[in-house]
Amino acid sequence: MGALSIRKVRKSYAGLEILKGIDLEIAKGEFLILVGPSGCGKSTLLSMIAGLDDVTSGDIHIGDRRVNDLSPKDRDIAMVFQSYALYPGMTVRENISFGLEIRKVPQAERDATVDRVAQILQIGHLLDRRPAQLSGGQRQRVAMGRAIARNPTLFLFDEPLSNLDAKLRVEMRTEIKQLHQRLGTTIVYVTHDQIEAMTLGDKIAVMKAGELQQFGTPNEIYRNPANLFVAGFMGSPSMNFIKAKVQQQGTGFALALESRGKQFTVPAVNGDGLGAYLDREIIFGIRPEQITEVVDSHGPNPHVIRQTLDVELTEPTGPDTLMLVNINGARVTARVCPDFAKKAGEQMELMFDLTKSVYFDPKTEQRIQ
Amino acid sequence: MDDKKWGPWRITVYALLIYCVLYYLLPLTVMLFNSIKDLDELKAGNIMAFPSKITFEPWVKAWSGACTGITCEGLSGYFWNSVSFVVPAVLISTIIGAFNGYVLTMWRFKGADAFFMLLMLGCFIPFQAILLPMAQTLGVLGIANSTAGLIFVHVVYGLAFTTLFFRNYYVSIPYEMIAAARIDGAGFMLIFRRIVLPLSGPIIVVTVIWQFTQIWNDFLFGVVFSSGERQPITVALNNLVNTSTGVKEYNVDMAAAVIAALPTLFVYVVAGKYFVRGLTAGAVKG
Repeated sequence: MGALSIRKVRKSYAGLEILKGIDLEIAKGEFLILVGPSGCGKSTLLSMIAGLDDVTSGDIHIGDRRVNDLSPKDRDIAMVFQSYALYPGMTVRENISFGLEIRKVPQAERDATVDRVAQILQIGHLLDRRPAQLSGGQRQRVAMGRAIARNPTLFLFDEPLSNLDAKLRVEMRTEIKQLHQRLGTTIVYVTHDQIEAMTLGDKIAVMKAGELQQFGTPNEIYRNPANLFVAGFMGSPSMNFIKAKVQQQGTGFALALESRGKQFTVPAVNGDGLGAYLDREIIFGIRPEQITEVVDSHGPNPHVIRQTLDVELTEPTGPDTLMLVNINGARVTARVCPDFAKKAGEQMELMFDLTKSVYFDPKTEQRIQ
Repeated sequence: MDDKKWGPWRITVYALLIYCVLYYLLPLTVMLFNSIKDLDELKAGNIMAFPSKITFEPWVKAWSGACTGITCEGLSGYFWNSVSFVVPAVLISTIIGAFNGYVLTMWRFKGADAFFMLLMLGCFIPFQAILLPMAQTLGVLGIANSTAGLIFVHVVYGLAFTTLFFRNYYVSIPYEMIAAARIDGAGFMLIFRRIVLPLSGPIIVVTVIWQFTQIWNDFLFGVVFSSGERQPITVALNNLVNTSTGVKEYNVDMAAAVIAALPTLFVYVVAGKYFVRGLTAGAVKG
């Protein structure tokens, strides 16, 4: 049995179904990310794991205990909130040791824990301040300290970084990852930020409208998205979706493409499932980093094609320049080394690496394997 | 408008403000002046004039010698009567109000909104409407005509207001803070005591001032639900002013009125700045 298992969990409020049967399981020490757009039910699911919300049906197990009917304090969990939720009337020290005090941990042990936590998070100099006297990043640290102090079997994070500015967010993200490696605890982390999801998670659960879209490692989610939503949600800039007609090409299939009157085809690599879609439109998905300037290192490869296209817009990001071209009426982003980038209105030969192409049914939006 | 120089606009504003201040201070000034004049000067002179000879005789008489109906022992006994029921009534209604507000915001139960709406209706019920049913209730409870009865009436009547105050203050406390405390292992009472109450300073002050003023100044409940020796100072003041034997001692009336008003004045002066702060600042910085 895993450290946390969620089985057929449903939640409804006044007849409205918020969660429509979620199944998840993670092992001890794993970092689970719940990610999805707002309103997808990820925070509700976290609240249910914490015991702040009731489960309508289904089971939640933490370790080998079914916790559905346990109150939050008996679940052996700690939670870090988006608003930090520090106790304003207490000093940092009191904030951190409050949970221990309630659990009647002896004073000496409490002091030792506070010192240990302060050391880990480098907040020793803040211990006698009140939350109002701390910056956002410091409050975040204290909130984590409060969670760590109790040494629970499960940590819950509810969008802990979304109130921080961009730079601090990246720093804290790294720190959370280090903390996880150092403490080896099991973490459930809710975010709407797909970069946080990719960088932090051992496992990612992508959710939308109360349903689990896909559950897997970051790599699986990125490489093998189960459907159009997951493919579009994960990755920045997001995957290009091009509506294209499937054609027979030798023993396999090809996709008919057009750009500003220029007709060309690309082989449908990994497109064994496209037989049923012959002469019909499907959605062809290709990530921006698979459309680049021509790089010779590939050698002759039938899965890599070249095509000269009109550049419509360029967006330099620093390490890469994003170039927008038009294919089949869709704006397609290519990710090009800035040294090779052309200006808008010019033409540029681009290289399409098709080895990671994916295809989706335009109606069901499911992946065509 | 330029704000540094004394332009005509600025002078107009100040003139208007000073006029308003004088207008509001005038009655108090008249009362104070005439409470320290002797009766002869009062009868002879202008009531607006500053006393030519200051005497505290009227104050002493108002406090310990003036006739309030059949007895002539001044207001002192009634003053302490008022203190003896106002203080407990204020404290009890504030504590219960805080508790109600806490439950209505943090531990919402089924029908909490309906409950709150019904409670709010209590703010709009005029005193007169509940006199008879309250008299019956006090009778059934066996506390009619007692200090306990008066405390009970004021607590019940004040609850709608105190609950409203605390509830509206507590809705600004983020729910996450309560959730965090629950996960930390704190229970209902502990969260109230350790997390919520320490944040409640300003609203407690507001509620105490409000309740103190309301209950201290109440006349109707006092005159209906108490009698004789147990009457509050407001009723005694009325009796003192209306007692019509001998000469009408306006200076004593004035002194008595000021004495009756002093405690509320005192509460405002001591806690007034918190009152304004509590009314305006709802947000709790977390």
